Amino acid sequence: MYGNDVIDPNEPLNAAETAAYDAAAEHDDQRDGRDAAGDDFDALLAADQRIEPRDAMPEEYRETLIRQIAQHAHSEIIGMQPEGNWITRAPSLRRKAILIAKVQDEAGHGLYLYSAAETLGIDRQELLERLHDGKQKYSSIFNYPTLTWADCGAIGWLVDGAAIMNQVPLCRCSYGPYARAMIRVCKEESFHQRQGFEILWNLMRGTESQRAMAQDAADRWWWPALAMFGPPDTGEAAKGGGHTEQSMAWGIKRFANDDLRQKFVDMMVPQADKLGIVLPDPDLRWNEERGHWDFGEIDWDEFWRVLRGDGPCNAERIEHRRRAHDEGAWVREAANAYATKQAAREREQQQKESAA
Amino acid sequence: MSGATTPSTGAGAPSEPAQGERSWPLWEVFVRGKRGLSHVHVGSLHAPDAELALRNARDVYTRRQEGVSIWVVKADDVTASSPSEKDSFFDPAGDKIYRHPTFYDVPEDVEYL
Repeated sequence: MYGNDVIDPNEPLNAAETAAYDAAAEHDDQRDGRDAAGDDFDALLAADQRIEPRDAMPEEYRETLIRQIAQHAHSEIIGMQPEGNWITRAPSLRRKAILIAKVQDEAGHGLYLYSAAETLGIDRQELLERLHDGKQKYSSIFNYPTLTWADCGAIGWLVDGAAIMNQVPLCRCSYGPYARAMIRVCKEESFHQRQGFEILWNLMRGTESQRAMAQDAADRWWWPALAMFGPPDTGEAAKGGGHTEQSMAWGIKRFANDDLRQKFVDMMVPQADKLGIVLPDPDLRWNEERGHWDFGEIDWDEFWRVLRGDGPCNAERIEHRRRAHDEGAWVREAANAYATKQAAREREQQQKESAA
Repeated sequence: MSGATTPSTGAGAPSEPAQGERSWPLWEVFVRGKRGLSHVHVGSLHAPDAELALRNARDVYTRRQEGVSIWVVKADDVTASSPSEKDSFFDPAGDKIYRHPTFYDVPEDVEYL
């Protein structure tokens, strides 16, 4: 029971949320030197208050949010495909029902987010066209194929796990509608991650070939999951001129990509251990001095290659998305025709009544 | 998910869809979490008519039994106060602190007051 009637923004959302998030939010309050673009906007940000749809806001803030929320929404609906691939082949009725519910959740998350984007004065139709025309991106992780049933486990555990790590701070994002959408999304993601873990947990306690299947899925998804946090943006890399600094000043982003990635690694290593899965990184070792796990170099060339369109499934994902949209046109037309007919009947009825 | 009392399209009129397809109107969705609570705004969605808006709202916003009752209202039919007039609009209540029970000085030892 989520009781969305009384969402307390200070209530912990799930296991991934720790006191560190609060500390970061507080730290943001102390920050000065935000871009001046109207007293109200800056004053609200400085007080860590939410910006709401009809408030005055700098055009770049609006554009950044539209881009980010749309990209996020696109990721949710494209993300239905890799797992949707296994609905007809799920190993039991229980798994099938769960998988359907999960894929339906992804559709729902897309809708919450498109709805949040629309509060910024853009039409959902236009965002979908930008996706279909390749003008807007979605998370590069969904350009990898789901080769075996274990991939559904690895996606839930690793991909949704990384998504939660990324998304929990967004529940405190400065833009109200986005933050509220993310609260709903995060609550639902917890189920996704746990069901993924459970799939792997069962496989790892199964036959030799089931264990091998789970290990193979983890081998293929681990590095792409780490790349989900985005390119390095701390230390030397912070001078590269990415979006991080500005987004942090605007309260859209609370943590650097690298910090979230480290938190994710620290969280996943013990879980992998529990599962009996070996993470595919020979450089993974505990660093006593840092109090964190050290990990190997991410292949950023691959990340950029896949993002630019040269991944295993890029063309297939967009093609499938466009086809689903086009083939659904008759449903939308029928609904329109029905609505028009009903409205006409209602008008007729009213005229009769007023004549009588 | 938009402001509690502002229509989702508040930031400006949505642009016309580029293709010929007619964009469905936007509906604001309000859900009563359980009996005894009022309906609360939870977000918005597109639907061709009120009936489908209700069904879609059920699927989008109450997949985990988050509600026992749903209202849908066309976003265009919502009249909202303007954030730019916020100060003057709500001003009249600002200097009437005598509307609060704490304004009054009464002896501490009076019961049930």
